[in-house]
Amino acid sequence: MARAVTTRRKIAYTALAWIIGLTIFFPILWTILTSFKTEAAAIADPPVFFNFDWTLENYAVVQERSDYMRYLWNSVALAVGSTVFGIIIAVPAAWSMAFVPAKRTKDILMWMLSTKMLPAVGVLYPIRLILIETGLLDSKAALIFILMMINLPIIIWMLYTYFREIPGEILEAARMDGAGLKAEILYVLTPMAIPGIASTVLLNIILAWNEAFWTLTLTTIDAAPLTAFIASYSSPEGLFYAKLSAASTMAIAPILIMGWFSQKQLVRGLTFGAVK
Amino acid sequence: MGRITLDKVRKAFGDVEVIPPLDLRIEDGEFVVFVGPSGCGKSTLLRLIAGLEDVTDGEIRIDGTDATRLSPSKRGLAMVFQSYALYPHMSVRKNIAFPLKMAGLSQDQIDAKVDGAAKVLNLDSYLDRRPGQLSGGQRQRVAIGRAIVREPSAFLFDEPLSNLDAALRVGMRLEISELHKRLATTMIYVTHDQVEAMTMADKIVVLNAGRIEQVGSPLDLYRAPRNVFVAGFIGSPKMNLITGPEAAKHNAQTIGIRPEHLAVTDGSGTWTGKVGVSEHLGSDTFFHVTVEGFETPLTVRAGGEVSLHYGDTIHLTPDPAQLHRFDAQGLRIA
Repeated sequence: MARAVTTRRKIAYTALAWIIGLTIFFPILWTILTSFKTEAAAIADPPVFFNFDWTLENYAVVQERSDYMRYLWNSVALAVGSTVFGIIIAVPAAWSMAFVPAKRTKDILMWMLSTKMLPAVGVLYPIRLILIETGLLDSKAALIFILMMINLPIIIWMLYTYFREIPGEILEAARMDGAGLKAEILYVLTPMAIPGIASTVLLNIILAWNEAFWTLTLTTIDAAPLTAFIASYSSPEGLFYAKLSAASTMAIAPILIMGWFSQKQLVRGLTFGAVK
Repeated sequence: MGRITLDKVRKAFGDVEVIPPLDLRIEDGEFVVFVGPSGCGKSTLLRLIAGLEDVTDGEIRIDGTDATRLSPSKRGLAMVFQSYALYPHMSVRKNIAFPLKMAGLSQDQIDAKVDGAAKVLNLDSYLDRRPGQLSGGQRQRVAIGRAIVREPSAFLFDEPLSNLDAALRVGMRLEISELHKRLATTMIYVTHDQVEAMTMADKIVVLNAGRIEQVGSPLDLYRAPRNVFVAGFIGSPKMNLITGPEAAKHNAQTIGIRPEHLAVTDGSGTWTGKVGVSEHLGSDTFFHVTVEGFETPLTVRAGGEVSLHYGDTIHLTPDPAQLHRFDAQGLRIA
């Protein structure tokens, strides 16, 4: 009897999980499907799911009209650049907070996190004016810096919680074994922290890749990443849903594929420290 | 060489003084055990010697040179931690080789020393495993291997056996003692277990609230505890401490008599009481006896064949030569 209940419950939970999963995935699926439709089929009422004439025309048009590779390259440069600089700054910061905490370390961590609660639009104009004054508007360097700054609290927090899990005694053992600070960091701490650093890097690349507020407001052509590429298809002359969908699919495809292959790392990174 | 001298060493965390100024001399080749209840500062004292904590005041000298401000890596000491603190990402071989690599030895020298240590500690067949694949006892052996390969001037052990089960603990205790005999290197060993202290030490340092209560050989401490604290701490089961009129008869505030120095006498005795719980160990039997007028029950050691029942009346006579007397300050009266 107990077994029967368990099985029924299992089926119910599995079904529920699938429903939630598909609901979350549906907009992405719909976008991908629409990208293969004609414009007429895209706005058909009632909507069509699979029984339409599949076409690659939208992709061809999108390719023709804009330089996808340039946007892609900008996205890669912004995501990777901001992440690399962020890690370089965050690793020593998180190290000192985790292993040599001061009286106010906890307060500093909370304060850093609180900056994430500031509405970005509140500082849009000051930052825009600074960039205009310094001639850095629409430059990758400025955007890399800004993206790094807005994600830094999250990077430091993630690394901090990860480092906290590393027992201090192991570092002390390294010191007793004759390791100086450099050797301790290089041979003991870093290899032990690599899974944590990797998941932090992955998450931050995704965050930077998807960031749309600053990338849309501070770029025009030269530094414009894929977010701007998508936005350029929502034109005032009327929406071309199929083309917009094709552009969106091309923009999200790289990060979707990367996310798919690094699922395990990501889940570990996001839930790390939740349970001992 | 491994002579360590502490001169008025003091440690405070903020306003809290955990170790008031303290002097201690550890001679070359000695096996010294720091023992005391938890929170007595024994681990802190060891960490001060290791250099893992900064000394607030005073001086630590290792082989005559001032090491007070030296970093741990420069002190030439090796440490075995309670948690073993092995490097989880390295194989057993690399764990043991790590201090040698830090010392800049050649690969040939490293290999020879690691193989030597592995043989001594029966780790030959585990060299390519990770610490996670080893049992507690094997991990402890790796930690010891990592300590011995670089021939330090002294070994520091921080409660190394407390994570092992009872049977393994006895075995490892013997192994560490044997290692000490063979290497004849100074060893400082921290434990809260007075049995470990008694069985392993050349010299026991009894600590309480950061203060040294007594320093001496295990038998010195057993025979002539300097005060009530040491009397109650050293020896198992612990010494019976009696206060009140019974102590006044001996011109003392407190008198102490060990369970093994109380004789069960027929018909009459100095004290008469009722038997409570008895613990039969086979070789010995311990009786807990309630005596009228005594605050706490007495523990009595008798032979394994003696059998008394709960509630039986018993007569006890202490061996007058083994009676310890303490004054109002808790200090021994000679």
